[in-house]
Amino acid sequence: MPPAAETADTTAPHVALFVTCLADLFRPSAAFAALRLLEQAGCRVTVPPRQTCCGQPAFTSGDRDAARDQAQHMVEALEAEMVDYVVAPSGSCASHIRNHYPALLRTHPDPEMPKRARHLARKTYELTAFLVDVLGWTDVTARLDATVTYHDTCSGLRELGIHAQPRALLAKVQGLELREVSAPEECCGFGGAFAVKYPDISGSMVSDKVKDIEATGASLVLGGDMGCLLNIAGMLKRQGSTVQARHVAEVLAGATDGPAIGEDPDSR
Amino acid sequence: MHVTSREFGSNARAAVADANLRQSLATMKTGFRARRAEAVAALPEFEALRDAGKAIKDHTLTHLDHYLERFEAKVTESGGHVHWAGDAEAACRTVIGICRAHGARLVTKGKSMVTEEIGLNAALEKNDIDSVETDLGEYIIQLRKEQPSHIIAPAIHVRKAEVADLFREHHLEFDAGRPLDEPRALLDEARTVLRERFLSADVGITGANMLVAETGSAVIVTNEGNADLTQLLPRVHVVVASIDKVVPALDDAATILRLLARSATGQVMSTYTTLATGPRRADDADGPEHFHVVLVDNGRSRLLGSPFQDVLRCIRCAACINHCPIYGAVGGHAYGSVYPGPIGSVLTPALSSVEEAGSLPNASTLCGRCEAVCPMKIPLPRMLRQWREEEVDRNLTPESARQALGLWAFAARRPAVYRFGTAMAGRLLRLMAGRRGRVRRLPFAGAWTRVRDLPAPEPGGSFMSRYKSGKEQ
Ligand code: SF4
Repeated sequence: MPPAAETADTTAPHVALFVTCLADLFRPSAAFAALRLLEQAGCRVTVPPRQTCCGQPAFTSGDRDAARDQAQHMVEALEAEMVDYVVAPSGSCASHIRNHYPALLRTHPDPEMPKRARHLARKTYELTAFLVDVLGWTDVTARLDATVTYHDTCSGLRELGIHAQPRALLAKVQGLELREVSAPEECCGFGGAFAVKYPDISGSMVSDKVKDIEATGASLVLGGDMGCLLNIAGMLKRQGSTVQARHVAEVLAGATDGPAIGEDPDSR
Repeated sequence: MHVTSREFGSNARAAVADANLRQSLATMKTGFRARRAEAVAALPEFEALRDAGKAIKDHTLTHLDHYLERFEAKVTESGGHVHWAGDAEAACRTVIGICRAHGARLVTKGKSMVTEEIGLNAALEKNDIDSVETDLGEYIIQLRKEQPSHIIAPAIHVRKAEVADLFREHHLEFDAGRPLDEPRALLDEARTVLRERFLSADVGITGANMLVAETGSAVIVTNEGNADLTQLLPRVHVVVASIDKVVPALDDAATILRLLARSATGQVMSTYTTLATGPRRADDADGPEHFHVVLVDNGRSRLLGSPFQDVLRCIRCAACINHCPIYGAVGGHAYGSVYPGPIGSVLTPALSSVEEAGSLPNASTLCGRCEAVCPMKIPLPRMLRQWREEEVDRNLTPESARQALGLWAFAARRPAVYRFGTAMAGRLLRLMAGRRGRVRRLPFAGAWTRVRDLPAPEPGGSFMSRYKSGKEQ
């Protein structure tokens, strides 16, 4: 049995963890860290079993029908659990549900669907924003002796206004020093399919980003979106940089024993 | 509108590899961005001004016919003429007609994007009318026979040394050994050459930053004052402006002017702001004897009531371009349109076709910075996405992309299939990574690994499978 169910506390906020497709496939440890953090913050956490992907690949490609069908699937998958909140370790997926599901499902043939989409949108949050803004929780107990920098991901920053929250949480990590990059609002060049449609532009953008990260002198770059982190870590690795990349949840949950993103599995 | 946006992909590739261009773009980015940020920070009501500017334009666009007719009536009242041009060809024909009627051999031009859009210089040349650009940047690219690469800094891609060489090649009347290392020297030389043209031109053609319906005035802002000389010295002044430039009243123009220079160059106001209202009156000291306004539609009225109507609020400040990471990587020429950057990627398919220019709206990460800095709050990312939807609706997306997306969509709604697919993909990628944590070369999606590695999935299976079996590690 998953650990959360054993310690079920009926007064605790009941949270559905939306793992997101990239964390599910590439970085389970980031999702486990998110789960642990939510439990540390006093939540009862459920992982809805029918969840898959929020549907951004279809949405940003302009396939509105597929995006709408996927939104419907996720509304059904996530709300079947009757939770108080849905939390994702991703600004872009949380923003997609919050900002685009209601419009995508506004004219759905099922008359209940628009309401359900709006309801889901209202209770969906990005992880750090949920901890800080909704729960008012910053009691991070982790320790990490490292100089780090934080990459603000575009959808988190501009669509959800996430900037202070991860910093407030990181400030509580003992031994950690945060250094800011010089161009914090600059996109890393991921952009989903963009990264393979226009690899040269994407590559130029991420190499600028990596240069900026390295200039901070940090040994670790953190972020709240796996897409951007795969892109940044992929470029750091390609250039043979020693700077590592992790999801911010891993540091906040004290889950930094395993290899960083793209590190060799037996490197530790 | 003539566009070559189909070649965007290869243009972009070449541009990214061009070290000189990258240097020019880096300077541009830091300069424009920092100055705008400072100007905005110094004006506490900037956000409120954005709302006001947006409201003015939204109102005007809802009553566009009314304000355009009002503008026409006022121009006529002040002794000028208004001409309506449905498309680029009609606009060029009208201007050439005016030039012919006045026997013009030489025209001077102020900087104007709409005349670039309609290809006016080429049309004039075909009709044996010499036209001389008088904005320094435009003058440089005219000598280089190029399109502008930026809407407010058309020669941003040209380096100082290249300008010096260009001037030595074209200005043969000067001493060959003259020093041209300082920007000041270049400017002075251009001024000397242009002064003589100003005085001998028969017609002066300018654009307009705004048209004021209340007074029938054309508002022009510049930092070089060249547009003033263009519109004051020749006998005939022709304003070429698109229909979305009209605002109801002088007060509205004042509000938008407060947004324009701050967003563009970070100035509080441009150096020169000039209102031209009709031809010279009997007691005026100077001014043209004839005043014409050519109102250009060229596809804009089609956008009214469409999902792209908001783009008509644009005041061409270039803030979106200056903050765009794509433009910052490839520069303006790669777009194959006189309008580059986010505004260009939205406007170009609208003024040509999505078949011609569909690659532009696809070349975006939808990072949202353009919308965040746009003084008119134009939802550019939404419209970039909207163009992608049009492509899908018209079956213009590549077959391979459609198939991949179809496969994904099928699986993503069937959790069991999806889990199986995830497990397979994870295993395959792990296999390719071997004992490493990353894949250096992907046989499929090779575009990803051409520029960077792909971190491999962590060993041990997906989150969902591990969670289900109660195994964290
Ligand atoms: S779209 Fe907005 S930011 Fe871009 S040029 Fe137009 S007004 Fe300026």
